[in-house]
Amino acid sequence: MFLQQLVNGITVGAIYAMVALGYTMVYGVLQIVNWAHADVLMFGTFIGLLLTNVFHMPLFAMAVLAAAFTAALGMSVEIVAYRPIKSGNRRMAVLVSALGMSTFLQNLAQLVFGSSSQPFPTIEKVTYTIGKVTFTNIQLIILGITAIMLFILYMIVYKSKIGIAMRACSVSIPNAKLMGINTNFIISLTFGIGAFMAGIAGICIATYYNAVYPTMGYLLGMKAFAAAILGGIGSIPGSVLGGFVIGIFESLGAGYLSSGYRDAYAFIVMILVLAIRPSGFMGAKHIDKV
Amino acid sequence: MEHILNVKNLHVSYGVVPALRNISFHVDEGEIVALIGPNGAGKTTALHTISGLLKPKEGFILYEGRDISGIEAHKLVKESISQVPEGRGIFPILTVAENINLGAYLRKDKDGIRRDKEWVYNIFPRLKERMNQVGGTLSGGEQQMLAIARALMARPRLLLLDEPSMGLAPVIVEDIFKIIKKINKENGTTILLVEQNAQMALTASHRAYVIEVGEIVNEGCSKELKKDDRIQKAYLGI
Repeated sequence: MFLQQLVNGITVGAIYAMVALGYTMVYGVLQIVNWAHADVLMFGTFIGLLLTNVFHMPLFAMAVLAAAFTAALGMSVEIVAYRPIKSGNRRMAVLVSALGMSTFLQNLAQLVFGSSSQPFPTIEKVTYTIGKVTFTNIQLIILGITAIMLFILYMIVYKSKIGIAMRACSVSIPNAKLMGINTNFIISLTFGIGAFMAGIAGICIATYYNAVYPTMGYLLGMKAFAAAILGGIGSIPGSVLGGFVIGIFESLGAGYLSSGYRDAYAFIVMILVLAIRPSGFMGAKHIDKV
Repeated sequence: MEHILNVKNLHVSYGVVPALRNISFHVDEGEIVALIGPNGAGKTTALHTISGLLKPKEGFILYEGRDISGIEAHKLVKESISQVPEGRGIFPILTVAENINLGAYLRKDKDGIRRDKEWVYNIFPRLKERMNQVGGTLSGGEQQMLAIARALMARPRLLLLDEPSMGLAPVIVEDIFKIIKKINKENGTTILLVEQNAQMALTASHRAYVIEVGEIVNEGCSKELKKDDRIQKAYLGI
């Protein structure tokens, strides 16, 4: 049972990690929480559904195209809801704008796609059993895709010139500008990369649970946000770790304690960890040098 | 001869609070010019307006004869204006080498970049030793050297320095100013310098302007200003 729940936990954890990265990257660069992130994800997943049902696209092409749409939507959200007000120190205004965008997207989705849960196209399930542990091809594909996404992200953020510029923006936007970095472009790109991964994660989770609905972003987003906080928001490796920790504890809690409280475990873990380490596992500690 | 930088009747405010009131000054090619004055006088504001981080309310900033007021900071780097920000402004999470590379962010000439890297590592051998360390682990003086090296990587014709002496030990301040003078002399880089340390600034610069509460109250050749009674009393503690 332990190993079985661990396998399930790692699968959902991988999805939380991909979503958490979007929160953490945007927070890293702008120090704002993009509350519309999970709703952008939901919208992208619906587009995936549309691409399959109307255009009969194969799963992988659909996933890439839907994620690209999600990225474009994420970038538009930044331009429409954040860019006009983020100049100056108006954090409260940005917060309200973010929540407004979230509500807007949920309602738009209900209007366009209907408010009920719809089945998501999936691939034929193959089940493997090793010892007492069973897992499916879908779980393997999700883990494979997560590994690929994390590798690409690592190469972009830590090995490319754009990545250096992103990390420079996360330290100081004015100082990054003084290097000749077009900071608005980098901010856009950060939203785009975060939303692209969220789009992939949305397709993954819709395939895994075989469902898509307008409020699917709410709990998923909250848990991914908890994962980002747990890992230390702003820290990329921290968010990945946080995602897996939340996924694993959630599955173990559901298996050993009670599955009725499945959604509470993520937040219990978050509260316990933050009580001991307020900056999260890998949160930045600030030191001033003289 | 045309001034490389000519600031005319500049007004800058933060919201409704005026920070600079009708400031005019100029810098000639090859000069080191200092803006000195007490805390809060508007020195950094002046520098930020030139580098494009702030927009002026009124007035002109002519750089090589062209009005650059209101052009965004990242575009001015392409025009060979480079600023070393107040408090160094290095990126502590990036390595020394990455910081240096960022200085050449907009440049495409790989050979030139490589040559310039050798050149700045020559000026600051300490940075070469620490190439793979993250910036946050450097001492204050080394961080200032890194900030200057990084700015030089953009090959500036006009280098803006914001309080290079801030928070550094006197011995290190002397080193930094020696290097500033050397860069000016050997490379011909024009330098506009903002300093609270009037003694150092007046020794290193050719000319200087004194800013108090958003206005220029005195100006002239640095050697002369150093002998000025009022400046000696207010800034040099003599």
